[in-house]
Amino acid sequence: MNALQSPSESTAKRIPAPVGLLAELTYRCPLACPYCSNPVEAEIRGGELDTETWKRVFSEAAEIGVLHAHLSGGEPAARRDLVEIVAHCTKVGVYTNLITSGVGLTEESMKQLADAGLEHVQLSIQDANAASADHIAGYEGAFARKMNVAKWVRECGLPLTVNAVIHRANIERAGRMVEFAVELGARRVEIAHTQYYAWALVNRKALMPTRAQIEKAVAEVEALREVYAGKIVIDHVIPDYYATYPKACMGGWGKRTLNITPRGKVLPCHASETIPGLEHWNVNEHSLGDIWWNSPAFNAFRGTDWMPEPCRSCARKEIDYGGCRCQALALTGDARNADPMCHLSPHHDKVEQIAATFDGTETDIPPYVYRRYKTKTPAE
Amino acid sequence: MNDTAVIADTVKPRLPRGVRLKHDDTRNEWLLLAPERVVKTDLIAVEILKRCDGVATLGEIVAGLADQFKADPGRIAADVRAMLGELAAKRMVDL
Repeated sequence: MNALQSPSESTAKRIPAPVGLLAELTYRCPLACPYCSNPVEAEIRGGELDTETWKRVFSEAAEIGVLHAHLSGGEPAARRDLVEIVAHCTKVGVYTNLITSGVGLTEESMKQLADAGLEHVQLSIQDANAASADHIAGYEGAFARKMNVAKWVRECGLPLTVNAVIHRANIERAGRMVEFAVELGARRVEIAHTQYYAWALVNRKALMPTRAQIEKAVAEVEALREVYAGKIVIDHVIPDYYATYPKACMGGWGKRTLNITPRGKVLPCHASETIPGLEHWNVNEHSLGDIWWNSPAFNAFRGTDWMPEPCRSCARKEIDYGGCRCQALALTGDARNADPMCHLSPHHDKVEQIAATFDGTETDIPPYVYRRYKTKTPAE
Repeated sequence: MNDTAVIADTVKPRLPRGVRLKHDDTRNEWLLLAPERVVKTDLIAVEILKRCDGVATLGEIVAGLADQFKADPGRIAADVRAMLGELAAKRMVDL
């Protein structure tokens, strides 16, 4: 364990305390969604942090100022100690948000989680149409189970958010998903167009809608804001392949959030392991504060000093922080470059080429490569 | 509910489950924590939110604040209604 527990005064002034912690408690998941953000190559069994380590990590998180813990995966309900982890977060005052597929939760476990102090549930819905939803999830009957989970969440009095990832197979129902979330009793809905990393990048050709489909869906969802004002909060993540400026990835690298993998590696963003040469530290060897302030991965793209042009002299550099490092790497070969989604990037033509490939083409759509991992041990 | 609707004096505002006030020792400030949201609060906002217990009516909350801060109840009522209307639109307060 590293002795360094708190930042020096000058470091603390420069680096704000983290607000959110995404804890990927496990990569195990019964669903096989073709846009999953978990790594394409992953060892999914064995080596997961144990209960005591997670509890220590959440205590450290509370000490360094983390406000929200997002318990995710894989499917977090696959962890048998989920209730104990939630109870610990409650004890140390960290707000708990469960991000779940719903599969694996029971009425009883939902009650236990609520009693342990769980504060918010985000339930993924693959589509508003049951048959299509189950096809996308690669799991027969998933949709029906989710309907039960939504009911249990409501009965426990917990606030519900419905998460919907939008792509070619469900984009015609983007607006319908908002209505559906209202029907399920959600107070908040996330309509997020697919971001093409990890499994979604593998499946880009099968997932990416046409520009016309996107424009229609975006307008539809935006129009519903007024219809449902005060009824449901709509968080709308629009696709960046057609945007003018990039998104401020993670609200700025190492500025607001950290992710922890099932094995304890701490990442500035869930895809940062794809960046070669980035040195990530592990909670088994360092305290969380030490990792936040001092690990090479977090300091690699913090602030603006690392930026080359066109970001360096750009007026928006502290608005979008040059966009997404992983996307810059994937499309330009160098993670330091401006995110090519930006129209000022010298590589922006690559994005336009990809986007153009999908315009108006309805033929030659491949089947999904479902998220499946080779397992070394027999299934439980 | 919309922004222009007047919130009645008899309404009993409360923070729903999943929304809570927290004093953050790291940043030394009061924050309102909600699903995927952190809202910064000033002294007055904290005093209003602490009174939103589902028992006190809006009228009682205003009277209590006017008394505590020796301020004009009309002015306080306007501030309280504006703040609660805004938070209700974000589903952070139930009216």
